[in-house]
Amino acid sequence: MGSKGIADKVAIVAMGCTRFGELWDQSQEDMIITAVDEALGQARLARDDIDAFWLGTLASAQSGLVLSRALGTDYKPVTRVENYCATGSESFRNACYAVACGAYDRVMAVGVEKLKDSGFSGLLRGDPPGDGTAPELSVTAPAAFSLLDPAYCAKYGVDAGQMREAMTHVAWKNHVNGARNPKAQFRSEVSKQKIDSAPKVAGRLGVFDCSGVSDGAACALIVRAEDAYEYTDRPIFVKALALAAGPARGSVDPGYDFTTFPEVVRSAQDAYAQAGITDPQQEISLAEVHDCFTPTELVLMEDLGFCDRGQAWKESLSGAFDADGRLPVNVDGGLKSFGHPVGASGLRMLYEAWLQLRGEAGPRQLDEPRIALTHNLGGRPGACVSFVALVGSELSGGR
Amino acid sequence: MTNSVLAYATYLPFWRVDPASRGKAGRIVASFDEDAITMSVAAARSTGCPDSAESLVLVTSSPSYLDKTNATTVHAALGLDRRVPASDAIGTARSTLAAVRAAVAGRGSLIVAADVRTGRPGSADERTGCDAAAAVLIGTPTPQRPAIADVLATVSLTEEFLDRWRLPTEVSASSWEERFGYEQYAPLIREAATAALDDAGVAQADHVVLTSPNSAVAKRASTLVKGVHSTGGSPVGFAGAADPLLGLAAVLDLAGPDETILLISAADGVDALVLRTTGALGSRRQPDPVAAAAAADGRVVAYPTYLSWRGLLDMEPPRRPEPDRPAGPPSARAASWKFGLNGSRCTACGFVHLPPMRVCRACGAVDQSEPVSVRDSGGRIATFTVDRLAYSPSPPVVDVVVDFDGGGRATFEVADAVPDTLGVGGEVTMVFRRLFTAGGVHNYFWKARQVPAVARASGEEN
Repeated sequence: MGSKGIADKVAIVAMGCTRFGELWDQSQEDMIITAVDEALGQARLARDDIDAFWLGTLASAQSGLVLSRALGTDYKPVTRVENYCATGSESFRNACYAVACGAYDRVMAVGVEKLKDSGFSGLLRGDPPGDGTAPELSVTAPAAFSLLDPAYCAKYGVDAGQMREAMTHVAWKNHVNGARNPKAQFRSEVSKQKIDSAPKVAGRLGVFDCSGVSDGAACALIVRAEDAYEYTDRPIFVKALALAAGPARGSVDPGYDFTTFPEVVRSAQDAYAQAGITDPQQEISLAEVHDCFTPTELVLMEDLGFCDRGQAWKESLSGAFDADGRLPVNVDGGLKSFGHPVGASGLRMLYEAWLQLRGEAGPRQLDEPRIALTHNLGGRPGACVSFVALVGSELSGGR
Repeated sequence: MTNSVLAYATYLPFWRVDPASRGKAGRIVASFDEDAITMSVAAARSTGCPDSAESLVLVTSSPSYLDKTNATTVHAALGLDRRVPASDAIGTARSTLAAVRAAVAGRGSLIVAADVRTGRPGSADERTGCDAAAAVLIGTPTPQRPAIADVLATVSLTEEFLDRWRLPTEVSASSWEERFGYEQYAPLIREAATAALDDAGVAQADHVVLTSPNSAVAKRASTLVKGVHSTGGSPVGFAGAADPLLGLAAVLDLAGPDETILLISAADGVDALVLRTTGALGSRRQPDPVAAAAAADGRVVAYPTYLSWRGLLDMEPPRRPEPDRPAGPPSARAASWKFGLNGSRCTACGFVHLPPMRVCRACGAVDQSEPVSVRDSGGRIATFTVDRLAYSPSPPVVDVVVDFDGGGRATFEVADAVPDTLGVGGEVTMVFRRLFTAGGVHNYFWKARQVPAVARASGEEN
C-alpha cells in the first residue's frame, strides 16, 4: 500500500453544516458563512484564527476567492479543490495533510454547492470542448448507475423483482433515517409502494432511486491531534484517508462486469490498512456511504467489505444496514434525504460521524459508536474516483 | 474505353409513418438521427466494397451543410484513403445522373445519392415521398471486381421550365400543376429514349425505369416508354436525388444476364442511360433488395413525433441543458475514432482500446499500438439502460455497453432502438448517425443497432 497513513495525527474539533435543500434565498456565499460560523462558534474562534482554508466545490465557484470574499478573510491561503462527487471529502483530505505536516496549526475544510440556480434537473457538466463522442455527453448519471442493476442480477442470478425490492429497501431506509434529521432536504418517510411506483428516470431507477438535487454547505475545523483537547473535550480523530482514482479501465475492458467499483475496493483496503482495521463488519460502528442511486449503495456494501459478494441485496432486505441493524449505513438519511450538493456532501457525511461519535445525534443516536466510515464516489461505473475516511472517538495510542 | 458498373446498394430507413391517418403507415422516413450523410454511409457500406472507390461523390438536395463538404464526412466514415477525392453534387436527380455520366466517361467513382424528402404537413410529398439512399460503384472492371453492367449509351437533354422548386432555406418543395410539367417532359422523354437506344444499337430495352419528381410523369411512365420484361418508376415513392439509382437498383436486384436497361430521369430536362447486365450480376447483387426492404414492416413512428424530428413541431424537451457543439480541434485530433470508429490495439499485449489510448490499460506499454477498426465488427451488449433524463432530439436515449467480437468495449447510444427486446448478450452492429446538432454543428458519431432489430412492427413509438 502506497500510503503511510494518517491515523491519530489530526483531529476534528468543530464542524458546521447548513440545512440542505432548495435554498432559493441563499447564495453559495451565504451558505459558506452559515457553516463556517457554526464551527467557529463551537470552537470559540474568530475567522482570522484559521490559518488556511480548503474549499471544495464542483461548479459553484472558481478559485478560492468565493470563500475569501464571502468571509472577508485576511489574505489567508484558500485552495479550491474539485474531484467530482468526492470534492467535499477531497477538501478535507488535503486540509488534514496540511496540519499533519506541520505547515499550519488550524485549518478549515469547507464544501459548498449551489445546484438549484441552474433551472435544470440533476447535475450539470462543465466539460471542456470535445469531439462529441464521450458517452458522458448523452448518458446521464442515473443512466450510468442504472447499468449496475441488470448486470448485478445477471451475475448473481438475482430475480429482477428481488433486486427491485432491495433497491426499494435502500430508498425506504434512507428516507426513514432522513425523517429524523432536521438538516435533511427530505424529512418524511416514503412508503415502499410509493417508491416502487415512482416514474422511471433511467433503466429501472425511479425518482426515489435517485438522490435529490439540493444546495448546502458543510465544514470541518482541523488541528493536530495533540492540540485537540484545547478546543473541545470530545474531538474526533482521523484514522484513515484514502483516495483512489481509477485508470478508467472498466469503460474499455470487457472483463469489467458492472457489479463492483474497483476504485472503492482499493480505497477501502488502503483505509483499513491505515487504521489497522482487520474486520470492518465488527470494527466499524456506522458508515456514511455514497448512495447516489439505490443500486450504488448495494454494490458499495460488498466493495467496502460489509457483506459477501452477491449478498448485499439479501442483507439489505434483512435490515442489516438499517439504523438498528448490525452495521447502520446512512443513518443521517444519506444522499437520498440530503440531496447531493457535490462539494458539501463528503463533509456532510463527516458531520454525522461527528455528531454520532460525540453522542449528539438526537433521535438518530446509535449506542456508543467508536469508528465511523465515510465514503464518496465520483464518476460512474467503470471510471471513477473513490474516497474513504475513517474517524474515531478515541486516540488508539500505539497506531 | 468506358467504365462499368461494378457494385450497387441501397438503404431504406427503418421507420414508417402514417401522415394521413389512413391506418397504413407506408411512408418510409429517416430517423431523427439520419440525414443525407448518414444514409449515404449506410448505402456505401452495403456495397461491400466502398474502399474500391477511385473517387467519392455525394449527391443530395438535402445537404446537411453548405460551405462545408458533406462528402468528406462520408469519406471519413468509410475510412477512405485521403488520396481518394470526395465532393458534393448538391441538387436534384439531374445531379445524380450527371455524376454517373462523368464517372462512366472519366475517373471512376462511388456515387452515393441520398435525400430526406420533407413535404409540408398534409402535402403529397409527405404522403408519397421516400427518404432513402442509393450507391453505385463505377470503375474499371478487374478479375476480382468484374462489371455487373456496362454502360452502352448516355443522352442528356436540358430545358428550362418551372415544374418543381424549393428555396435553399426551406425544407418543403413547391410544384406547378403536374399536367404542365407532363406536357413539357413527355416529348423530351420520347426523344431521349429514342436517341439513347439508337446510340446503343438496341431496338427495345428489356427493362425501363423512368423516374421524375413530376407525379404525372411518374404515373404515366409505362405509356411513354415500354420495356420487354419490365417497365417501372420510383420503387418506393419519389426519393429525390436517390430516386434514379433506387430505380436502377430495383432492376439490378432482379434482371438476368445480358439484359438491357433504359434508365430515364426526367428532371429539368431528361437524362437517359442504356446499360447491359453481365453474367457477373447474379452473384453480386446487393444483400438487401429494394423490394424486400420496402416491404419490411419497419417500426411505426407517431406522426407528431415524426413532425418533431423534422423541426415542424416543437415538443417539450427534458429539463436538461442542450449539449455543447463538438469543437473543431478535438474532433480533428479524434477524427479516426469519431468518424472511422478506429481504436488502438496494443502491440505488446493485444488489448483493444476504444477510443485509442497511448498508454495500454492492460500492460502499461506506451505508444505501442496499431489502429484497429471495429465499425464492421459485431458486438454484444454487456449491459444497457433507457435514459429518460438525457437530452435528445427524440427521447428517451437508449444506451448500451458493447463488447466487440475481436476485442474492445465502449458505450454507445442505440439507433432505431427497440427497448423491449434489449438484453445482456444481445447482438449489435454499428451504424453511423447524427447524435445531435448544437451551435450549428452536426455531431456525427457511431451508434449501436440491435440485431435483429424487430421481426414486425409492434405498436407506435412515442
